[in-house]
Amino acid sequence: MHLPAILPWGAAEGFSKQMLLVLLSVVFIAVFFVLAARKQQLVPGKLQFAGEAAYGFVRNGIAKDIIGGRDFIKYVPLLFSLFFFILVNNIYGAIPVFQLPTFSHVGGAYVLAGLVYVTWIAIGVKKNGLRYFKLATVPSGVPWYILPIVIPIEIISNFVVRPVTHSLRLFATMLAGHLIVMIAGSGIEYLIMQENFLLKGTSVLVLAGAIAMYMLEALIMVLQAYVFTLLTAIYIEGALHADSH
Amino acid sequence: MHQLIISAAAEGDVNPLVPNGWEMLVVFVGFAILFFIVVKYVVPMFEKTFAERAEAIEGGIAKAEKAQAEASAALEEYKQQLTDARTEANRIREEARAEGAQILADLKEKAAAESARITAQAHAQIESERQAAVVSLRSEVGTLATTLAGRIVGESLDDDARAARVVDRFLADLESQNAGAAK
Repeated sequence: MHLPAILPWGAAEGFSKQMLLVLLSVVFIAVFFVLAARKQQLVPGKLQFAGEAAYGFVRNGIAKDIIGGRDFIKYVPLLFSLFFFILVNNIYGAIPVFQLPTFSHVGGAYVLAGLVYVTWIAIGVKKNGLRYFKLATVPSGVPWYILPIVIPIEIISNFVVRPVTHSLRLFATMLAGHLIVMIAGSGIEYLIMQENFLLKGTSVLVLAGAIAMYMLEALIMVLQAYVFTLLTAIYIEGALHADSH
Repeated sequence: MHQLIISAAAEGDVNPLVPNGWEMLVVFVGFAILFFIVVKYVVPMFEKTFAERAEAIEGGIAKAEKAQAEASAALEEYKQQLTDARTEANRIREEARAEGAQILADLKEKAAAESARITAQAHAQIESERQAAVVSLRSEVGTLATTLAGRIVGESLDDDARAARVVDRFLADLESQNAGAAK
């Protein structure tokens, strides 16, 4: 499944293309936003305007809308980093030569979802103390005789399933999209190689389908970056306002 | 490329849910670096600009509101001044009119007094002149009459005392006659 490593060249284990792309994404994002934010003017130029629009999308569109209040600004750096880190790493899959959404390898998704998991639990405990675990698992307004059923469900859904779905959603969509495009490519290659003229012609249909899937996949790449960040914001908001849920 | 897939499928035991530890480390380190840059540089710079811009806009609005308030205050003041000036002008006009009327009345009065005085003076003068004429006439007529009577009578009537008595008596008779006629 995995491509051979770059360093050492062709080895089964080592520094792979996926790792190179992850590090490159950090460079891309950092360079772009530091350049866009470096010469700050009240009336922005083109680059600054693009940077501000991107920053404002996460700051106002996700952090402010979901978390709200006065202290949403504390969580903007995390949400901002997550969104653009995932976005660039996903978009790799739609760009020739790069052609690899790095989160189609599950490790990265586990790392980010794990960081978010630790973060929102820490926020909840810091805000509400150890009472937070009671607030998060015992819903208010439920009759006592249903509680034995509801509490295990809440524990499983909040503390067990949540990080798993959070990471696997990102990983699975990326892997599936990557596989579909790859399989379509291989299918076209296989059909072209056939002697039969009609079979050769069928490759055009596969190509049309592959292009449609490529467009859909590009959409999903952006969407998943947004979904992952949005869910992070929702988890943080839930931890902050656990007593009102 | 399909050979790759086939070879991957041939391996068989590769589970996509099992992560590669080195990849996890790279993602963790990469994300940590990115997060550090974002916290340290990107967010503060953008937030600074946002705050400055908000301040510039709000400051501009406040300044405009202040200017507006000043302008309307000035307008109010000018209107007030205009009203004051109009009132003042009206007052002055009224005063002038009253003063003019007063002056006119004074002048009329003065003229009337003057004319009365002149008339009185004229009367007095006429009276005194008449008196003087009467006196001079009396003496002259007396003298002439006595002289004439003397010539006629041949007797000197130049004795003043007697002559004056005669003349006076005569004139008194005349006056009484006149007075009787006038009645």
